[in-house]
Amino acid sequence: MNIETTSRGATWLAALTDGAAPLTGYPPSVQVVDGALADQRCRYVAVLPDAANAWPRARTGEIGVIEGWELARAVHEVIDADRAAPKRAIVAVVDVTSQAYGRREEAFGIHEALAGAAGAYAQARLAGHPVIALIVGKAMSGAYLAHGYQANRIIALNDAGVMVHAMGKAAAARVTMRSVEDLERLAAEVPPMAYDISSYATLGLLWQLLDVDSADRPCAVDLADARHALIVALDDIRADPSPDLRSRLGGPNRGASSLVREKLLAQW
Amino acid sequence: MEKHEYRYPAGAPATGRVIVGVVSSGDLEVLLEPAPAGTTTVRLTTSVDGYGRVWQAQLDRIFQGSSVGPAGPAVDLEINDFGATPGVVGMRIAQAFGSIGASQGVRP
Amino acid sequence: MSGAAALLARDSFVELAARERVRALMDGRAFRELIDPFERVTSPWLARQGVVTQADDGVVVAKGEIAGQPAVILAIEGAFQGGSLGEVGGAKIAGALELAAQDNRRGIPTRAVILFETGGVRLQEANLGLAAIAEIHAAIVDLRRYQPVIGVIAGTVGCFGGMSIAAGLCSYLVVTREARLGLNGPQVIEQEAGIVEYDSRDRPFVWSFTGGRQRADTGLADVFVDDDASLLRQAVIALFERGRPATERSDAWRHYLDRLSRYDPARQATPEIVRQLLEPGASS
Repeated sequence: MNIETTSRGATWLAALTDGAAPLTGYPPSVQVVDGALADQRCRYVAVLPDAANAWPRARTGEIGVIEGWELARAVHEVIDADRAAPKRAIVAVVDVTSQAYGRREEAFGIHEALAGAAGAYAQARLAGHPVIALIVGKAMSGAYLAHGYQANRIIALNDAGVMVHAMGKAAAARVTMRSVEDLERLAAEVPPMAYDISSYATLGLLWQLLDVDSADRPCAVDLADARHALIVALDDIRADPSPDLRSRLGGPNRGASSLVREKLLAQW
Repeated sequence: MEKHEYRYPAGAPATGRVIVGVVSSGDLEVLLEPAPAGTTTVRLTTSVDGYGRVWQAQLDRIFQGSSVGPAGPAVDLEINDFGATPGVVGMRIAQAFGSIGASQGVRP
Repeated sequence: MSGAAALLARDSFVELAARERVRALMDGRAFRELIDPFERVTSPWLARQGVVTQADDGVVVAKGEIAGQPAVILAIEGAFQGGSLGEVGGAKIAGALELAAQDNRRGIPTRAVILFETGGVRLQEANLGLAAIAEIHAAIVDLRRYQPVIGVIAGTVGCFGGMSIAAGLCSYLVVTREARLGLNGPQVIEQEAGIVEYDSRDRPFVWSFTGGRQRADTGLADVFVDDDASLLRQAVIALFERGRPATERSDAWRHYLDRLSRYDPARQATPEIVRQLLEPGASS
């Protein structure tokens, strides 16, 4: 395996599944591996760069129209297969730079394709499948909404290359008509605007921030730690009576999100 | 962004509360609520710096008038301004006072 | 009625602010607003950035009835910060949808309408806006198990960003000619992909792909209405009457992968190609 050309998503998918072959029938940009987590069945899903993608604007790890619908398929297949069976876990290995930007994408309704993916993951969760997101690289914007953000629990590697945000810095600077330096200064004072994963962690959305020696080339200990974190999350989900996202509330920088809900309930 | 506060003599408390306007470029939002008799207080937040005197002059004119001055209702006015011209400001304040007691107390 | 008289007789919905749009849709023009602006639950993040806040953070939560059934309308004020969602506005929408779903689990058939007038995440609140939108997605998927969730996109802001995904999750969408529905704002696409790929200032071009007429013609929206408040209300009522769809549009991965397999991405997209391939009822 040529580490330099493999994405983190590919690296971690292979590591977590002991290099098992992905399912056939999916495009190179969406890899689906049926494996195990502890002693339970688990489907692992990742979006990977595909330099030969027929859609020219989805070649470097973006989630495009096809990727969105294929993610939906990967998750719906699990829901359908396990309807009368124990609900297997789903692990979304998240390393997605953004949604794809292009004329074809808007023309063919990329928003609907991403809704397909997000909706599938949400339905899996509601049906009782433990869904865990493991952020190993970028988790940006629409791509993260589609792949990862509907998980019961979110684990992120504690690494400088791990980044969650709504828009890349340069584009965000242009849209808000500020300089990148201004944005970075604001981000230091406004935690939700920050790009680093430690600031993201203060929002209370993560189940765990996981230290590893190398996010790019996980060693055996890194892999064992990640597996352990996934298993603890899995047990926590199975023990939780609610399949919703309420565990994300209560973080120190998310007080207004709880206050609004309390007031809505009181006034309903 | 600047904050200013102004006080004016007023009459009896207003009989209702009103909201008008939106905080969009060139517009403002006005929240009007009853205040204890005798004083109208205006709390202004504006996106445009350096126009304190212009606001002062305009509000002085408005609150020395007949229907919204010393004989008018006592209100707490909260203004959230995003660069409205004096014309728009005057219109929104008039709209707010004109809507007190309208069947729907909360108006855009 | 002559063309001019008809135009004058219309009550434009597009020109209404959020609260007035709610009024136009509710039975008897009556509603009760939750966390109204006088409660001043405003953004915890904007003031420190020198941005003037709006007392309702740009979202109206209103309870009332539609066609005699309990309903909640979530109306985004597109005029405030481009309708972008921050922590508070996002929580108002997500929290209300969550309560509507809870109602249904207790036997109260509360249905929801979302008025999408939004560019998506408010970048001044970035990750909290994004997180709230994820919670909106979750709540729509939950609620639509019980009641159709209806989205209305009227314009002039349209529906973009993470909220376009929310619109994609709705059971039904009502659109006007002025509406646009797309994932990425036109300027961002132009910046990322270049002006030849996407000219954000070419209005006919932008509307030809993402406008209400095109989305309705290609099955990505369900009902196209003229910009009139009573026509819009009738459309919403008729859609609730339809009940939940047999298959939610966002669940139709087989259908979309099948239709998309007939498109060669080596060709640039045109509105005609999209209509040929995605038109509801096109031959399979």
